[in-house]
Amino acid sequence: MAILTTEGLTYTYSAGTPFEKTAVDHVDLCIEDNTMCGVIGHTGSGKSTLMQHFNGLLKPTSGKVLVEGQDIWADKKKLRDVRFRVGLVFQYPEYQLFEETVYKDIAFGPRNMGLSDDEIRHRVLETAQALGLTKDMLERSPFALSGGQKRRAAIAGVMAMRPKVLILDEPCAGLDPKGRALMLQQIRDYQRKSQSTVLLVSHSMEDVAEFTDKLLVMSKAKLFCYDDTPKVFRRAEELRALGLRVPQIASVMDELRRRGYEIPLDLYTVEKARDALLPLLRKGAV
Amino acid sequence: MLTDITIGQYFPGTSVIHRMDPRFKILSTLLFIITLFAGNSVWTLVIGGIFVCLMLALSRIPFGLIWKSIKPILPILVFTGILNLVFVGDDNVLWEWKFLKITMGGVHTSIFMIVRIVLLIVGSSLLTYTTSPILLTDAIESLMNPLKKVKFPVHEMAMMMSIALRFIPTLIEETDKIMSAQKARGATLDSGKMMDRIKALIPILVPLFVSAFRRAEELATAMECRCYRGGEGRTRLRQLRAEARDYVGFIISMLFMAASVAVNILL
Repeated sequence: MAILTTEGLTYTYSAGTPFEKTAVDHVDLCIEDNTMCGVIGHTGSGKSTLMQHFNGLLKPTSGKVLVEGQDIWADKKKLRDVRFRVGLVFQYPEYQLFEETVYKDIAFGPRNMGLSDDEIRHRVLETAQALGLTKDMLERSPFALSGGQKRRAAIAGVMAMRPKVLILDEPCAGLDPKGRALMLQQIRDYQRKSQSTVLLVSHSMEDVAEFTDKLLVMSKAKLFCYDDTPKVFRRAEELRALGLRVPQIASVMDELRRRGYEIPLDLYTVEKARDALLPLLRKGAV
Repeated sequence: MLTDITIGQYFPGTSVIHRMDPRFKILSTLLFIITLFAGNSVWTLVIGGIFVCLMLALSRIPFGLIWKSIKPILPILVFTGILNLVFVGDDNVLWEWKFLKITMGGVHTSIFMIVRIVLLIVGSSLLTYTTSPILLTDAIESLMNPLKKVKFPVHEMAMMMSIALRFIPTLIEETDKIMSAQKARGATLDSGKMMDRIKALIPILVPLFVSAFRRAEELATAMECRCYRGGEGRTRLRQLRAEARDYVGFIISMLFMAASVAVNILL
């Protein structure tokens, strides 16, 4: 079922001035529920602007945004409700922590939803656990946490609203490799468990290759494609023409194929490549 | 949108006014304001008006910008206008209704005050439109130099001013981002009772202060790393040097002011 749809979505910054710039240009999209979707594109390709339309922070210059089939701008009073259904986590979300304790900060969103104290408590504890925040951390000041823990607390604040769509703008920026992998795994687990849709904005092709089902590629304010992740990476040449990369391992496989080895398509994670190459090696074909 | 706010409203250009030594510009502006408020004759305003128009023409500032600087003070103008109209009176009554009385003197004062304020605003925004904030602080530092004799921390003041100016756009952007992030979590900023609205500011102000302190600390570290230790022995990339045309410009504005004073005494 489609959860997020856009029709001819266009957004122009500073319309009518010399600084006019179209950041999103006639984007038609249809994202299904229960999907882990990666969003890739160059800096300035319109990713972030597009994401801010999904929860009504920006109003389209023209075109429509539909959440579960409803135009979010049809009734302005329901906009807040849309924000509970489409959760958006900005880049470096740790800079928005403000409460006295981590618990209270995570509870801010659910409290705004008007939930009961029991329900809030349940959600906060569940989300904190899913992201690896311990109980004693919840009673500490968010400013006393480490960088990675702050990031988790901030993401938990949006996750605890249990949105149908969770948008994460580069949740791993500035984390160390180990922290990145753990964070992505936790997000993936959250997505599977909640059966919701997660949009993951990322610059790392390796990350989206490993963790997403679908890929949304933006280029110069336009939607380049929205398709299954393997299908997108099959268009390696076109991606390179846009100035994007394919995962390193996919390039290695391409090169091997070019040299005449029989290697199956769609090998874009290290694990899959290993599984395919080992038997070939044993047979002595490589 | 917050990002529409223009502070340090510098309008880049290469006109004569833009290139004039900022110290002379500041002095001229100060003198202009003093004469404007010292004089009570209509001629003060006429001469001031001619002066401002001349400078505007020379600076090639678009008219729209001037209007933009007057727009925010329109309520004040209307308020002063009405206040003077009603409360200043002489015997020449034009219109009367119960306790309200409008006299010729009231009309005169009211128009006089409005024109005076408009000239003040246009004249002083001309300074900020044609001078970049950095030049402005450099000039202030240079003008306040004599105060160093009495151990006044002139350089430190100027440095603080330029840092403050530098960070205004950054903080505005930051506020915008924090507001969006909290709105995404269902914060309501523009509705509810007075108390609710004040409470709604906490999720914005706390992160903003935290980040301002963080930035201040980072900046301090960065300055220390570059061995910054105050004004002593410090040289500048842009030296303020007064040239002949600056003196000419200053003398021209002095002449205008002198004319204004003279007219006040003689007429």
